[in-house]
Amino acid sequence: MDLFEYQARDLFAKHGVPVLAGEVIDTPEAAREATERLGGKSVVKAQVKVGGRGKAGGVKLAADADEAVARATDILGMDIKGHTVHKVMIAELSPEIEAEYYVSYLLDRTNRTFLAMASVQGGMDIEEVAEKTPEALAKVPVNAVDGVDIEKAREIVALAKFPADVAEGVAEAMVTLWKTFVAEDALLVEVNPLVKTKDGRILALDGKVSLDENAEFRQPDHEALEDKAAANPLEAAAKAKNLNYVKLDGEVGIIGNGAGLVMSTLDVVAYAGEAHGGVKPANFLDIGGGASAQVMANGLEIILGDADVKSVFVNVFGGITACDEVANGIVQALALLAEKGEEVTKPLVVRLDGNNAELGRKILSDANHPLVQRVDTMDGAADKAAELAAAK
Amino acid sequence: MAIFLTKDSKVIVQGMTGATGMKHTKLMLADGTNIVGGVNPRKAGTSVDFDGTEVPVFGSVKEAMEKTGADVSVLFVPPAFAKAAVVEAIDAEIPLAVVITEGIAVHDSAAFWAYANSKGNKTRIIGPNCPGLITPGQSNAGIIPGDITKPGRIGLVSKSGTLTYQMMYELRDIGFSSAVGIGGDPVIGTTHIDALAAFEADPDTDLIVMIGEIGGDAEERAADYIKANVTKPVVGYVAGFTAPEGKTMGHAGAIVSGSSGTAQAKKEALEAAGVKVGKTPTETAKLARAILAG
Repeated sequence: MDLFEYQARDLFAKHGVPVLAGEVIDTPEAAREATERLGGKSVVKAQVKVGGRGKAGGVKLAADADEAVARATDILGMDIKGHTVHKVMIAELSPEIEAEYYVSYLLDRTNRTFLAMASVQGGMDIEEVAEKTPEALAKVPVNAVDGVDIEKAREIVALAKFPADVAEGVAEAMVTLWKTFVAEDALLVEVNPLVKTKDGRILALDGKVSLDENAEFRQPDHEALEDKAAANPLEAAAKAKNLNYVKLDGEVGIIGNGAGLVMSTLDVVAYAGEAHGGVKPANFLDIGGGASAQVMANGLEIILGDADVKSVFVNVFGGITACDEVANGIVQALALLAEKGEEVTKPLVVRLDGNNAELGRKILSDANHPLVQRVDTMDGAADKAAELAAAK
Repeated sequence: MAIFLTKDSKVIVQGMTGATGMKHTKLMLADGTNIVGGVNPRKAGTSVDFDGTEVPVFGSVKEAMEKTGADVSVLFVPPAFAKAAVVEAIDAEIPLAVVITEGIAVHDSAAFWAYANSKGNKTRIIGPNCPGLITPGQSNAGIIPGDITKPGRIGLVSKSGTLTYQMMYELRDIGFSSAVGIGGDPVIGTTHIDALAAFEADPDTDLIVMIGEIGGDAEERAADYIKANVTKPVVGYVAGFTAPEGKTMGHAGAIVSGSSGTAQAKKEALEAAGVKVGKTPTETAKLARAILAG
């Protein structure tokens, strides 16, 4: 889960990373009081989860409270690279800046460790720095057990060749940034720019944080950081039912068991769609191994509620769960939806394979539901589902 | 022969007395796995009856190993306690720890991986978030259904559980030497490369099927490894061509970030290494079949 800048700022502040004052608002008028609280001047910063806000006109100085209201009026509602601005941060004006740096910690999947990155070339896109002047970006592996103490931070700072007068201040900031990374179960904490001000302070002026959703069991505060307003309504409804669902832009609704098989099902449907007017998968939905009637009904309800869906492909491989249970689940799910008064009008193509497949197929045939078709191979079923979606 | 797991493996189960542990211990026993104990400090000294097979419960991995000679542990421990359980297995120096648990925080898996390294990697870790591994006809350590296929000469390594089952099913008449589900998390203990190296060295494996998915660069690195080190034929499949950028597709590690981790890049890397890559699981199985038929 990627956070907004203001949320990153709050987490940095919580763990002692030096930041400036700032508060988030969502109406222009609120910019007035917020600016007054900061002593009458502020920076109005668009809160969007995309880079290049400054260039797009999403970051403006305000010399007084009236100007802050005017700038907030301009920025709220603005479109920045496809992201609408719903919130702005009213931030304290930075003291005059002498230098801009870059520091971050992230997961290095390739080496199965954490990585510290630091550069004296901050304030710009770090991927550009890495490409054009790789020698200016220090990359230092950080062992998850040892972590970053002040000694390790000094080593990172020395490798990145920070000037002597800021080295200790940057090292201290890197220790607090590591605390943020670990305490919040983050996958990424990035400060860009980390600045040296004329009055000799080290400050984190902008930052990115991405959190590990698998850590929610021990991070009860993280749920409140989710941007629920931005979530697709179908994704939000699926999440409320504990379903693993991602909305896509096609026409064939997909239900399957197991993340890998569902990903594969999307691909197979997209290939099949090439012969049927280019229809594509409408979603990813993994109902997991158990696939009880209730879970199947919940999944079908979400997918049938998607106006883009023209046909549905249920692709199940019976592993530990036998196909007869899955078939009963489908039949009961359709009955559950009928009981709720939700008329199923879209055709369903069901492919069952694996454990007790014959029994499962017989159950579907016996139920003889007018909208359910059985196709017994994955490729064949994908083709049928794509054909039905294209015919609608 | 087989890789990592044979009929001689003595298996213990950490988390055996929980609901999932009980269910799958019973299934593993039915597949002929030699399960010599469970671990639960609160139930040490008791035993559990699985349809007439008494399985003793020990207080620690170390005690279980001392009393039974166990050399494999399968972990069904909830995410909150998984790190401690893996660290216990590493401290006991059990040769193989199979971590089935899904939903472990990455700071925990990175920590136990770093810990295993610091202890000289005496414990091979498979997983987390994996279905485990099976050597058909000999032993089953995890949750892979034991009755899909029979012993044979194909080796299988996969990030995905259900695609493992699908592929075993497609090629069930030929059979498998071993099938290893390495898991879909960003940090895993045993990689495609580890399994490829083991299958290359296994005299009972003639062909290797490798299944990957979006996220990270494990498949690209495996392609480099295959080019330099693998003489046996390898057939590949990659899932997630239609996955949008920036969305996690079920598995915590299955995410395309910017331009990295795409299925297309993985497919191209594998093909450049001489691996035949199927467009669908069924086509992949056909490619394997054609190679084995000569």
